[in-house]
Amino acid sequence: MEMVKDALLTLVRESGFALLTWQEGVMLLVSFLLLFLAIVKKFEPLLLVPIAFGIMLANLPGAGLMDDPAGIMTELAEGATRAHWYENGVLRLIYAGVKSSIFPCLIFLGIGAMTDFGPLLANPISLLLGAAAQLGVYVAFLLARTFGFTVYEAASIGIIGGADGPTAIFLTGKLAPDLLAPIAVAAYSYMALIPLIQPPIMKALTTEKERKVEMKQLRKVSKAEKIIFPVVVAVLCAFLIPSCASLIGMLMFGNLLKECGVTDRLSDVAQNALTNIVTIMLGLTVGATANGAIFLQLKTILIIVLGLTAFSFSTAGGVLLGKLLYLVTGGKINPLIGAAGVSAVPMAARVAQVEGRKYNPTNFLLMHAMGPNVAGVIGSAVAAGFLLSMFG
Amino acid sequence: MFENMFNVELLMDSLPFMGKGMLGIFIVTTVIVTVVNALNSMPDKKDKN
Repeated sequence: MEMVKDALLTLVRESGFALLTWQEGVMLLVSFLLLFLAIVKKFEPLLLVPIAFGIMLANLPGAGLMDDPAGIMTELAEGATRAHWYENGVLRLIYAGVKSSIFPCLIFLGIGAMTDFGPLLANPISLLLGAAAQLGVYVAFLLARTFGFTVYEAASIGIIGGADGPTAIFLTGKLAPDLLAPIAVAAYSYMALIPLIQPPIMKALTTEKERKVEMKQLRKVSKAEKIIFPVVVAVLCAFLIPSCASLIGMLMFGNLLKECGVTDRLSDVAQNALTNIVTIMLGLTVGATANGAIFLQLKTILIIVLGLTAFSFSTAGGVLLGKLLYLVTGGKINPLIGAAGVSAVPMAARVAQVEGRKYNPTNFLLMHAMGPNVAGVIGSAVAAGFLLSMFG
Repeated sequence: MFENMFNVELLMDSLPFMGKGMLGIFIVTTVIVTVVNALNSMPDKKDKN
């Protein structure tokens, strides 16, 4: 009887229940909430499910999935013996793909293979809307600095305003890896909430007359233009801002695979299998960085608030430039499409379409909004490159 | 960290970064717009025929 009691006591003492800290407990609840939002409410489920599950796995007491006894990415405790790399936790090993920027770059390859730059080529001015919609990146950067964040942290928080998950992960992984989890969660959560965040700002900044503007049909873009565009943009961006070459280079390579017409198999793999595999590993390991002790700080709440500010100012930046273009072109551009300049493809373009139709049911803004929308992907990568060149 | 909250000095120090950043994005974008416009003006073979 005594032996059974001892065995039970040992089991309880060494079980996760005894080892659980309050921070791990809270993080487990956060992961359940995120799983609920992703599965039941359909909030960016393809990313939020792996992120939430990663948070859960990393906060299971004693499981050690993110342990780094080899000291590859974390400082070893004084006097600790350095283990072999393969003794690291399995999620820590996979996390090397985030730390080295391999995953965000591969996701950009997939995005490039899925993107049609036709609307942008047909209306090049929409590129400027994608640039203006990076305003929130720098407003959030300024505010974060005012709140006492370091320049590295502030730049990483600011990039949430780019509304581009892989770019946010790419920059944060390089500048402020400790903030990776809250920034990724904020970026993807706000992207899912774009239909709620953007419309009030779009309405507040535009008049009814502007919202009703019908834009003329886009011209047809030739195959040659679509093939030359990714090559030229990759070279130009790499020359102008070398630090954004990895993101823009992969984005444009993916697009070339799609457009050149002789690499259909590669394009198919980049769009589907590769992107899906990398999304699983990226989401899971980004979630796994949400260690309770680091995540549950006042900083995280501030990051969430600043992220919302960044999104709002980016939307405002795009709409305000849209208004300027409306004036300059004599009313030919509907300012609502400026809001699509935050990347979040194609959700932001759909929001512009829906809002436009509310005021003019015959209006069809989707293709016009896709121009600034894909321009936003380039804009956010350029913004990240700039921040990296200033602070990297 | 939060003893520095609402630090106006930090805000002023960071303003030039904002200016540089936004200007940089617009310069790169303008270059791309120029190139795209040049691509647009490329003669289309089908039109010639």
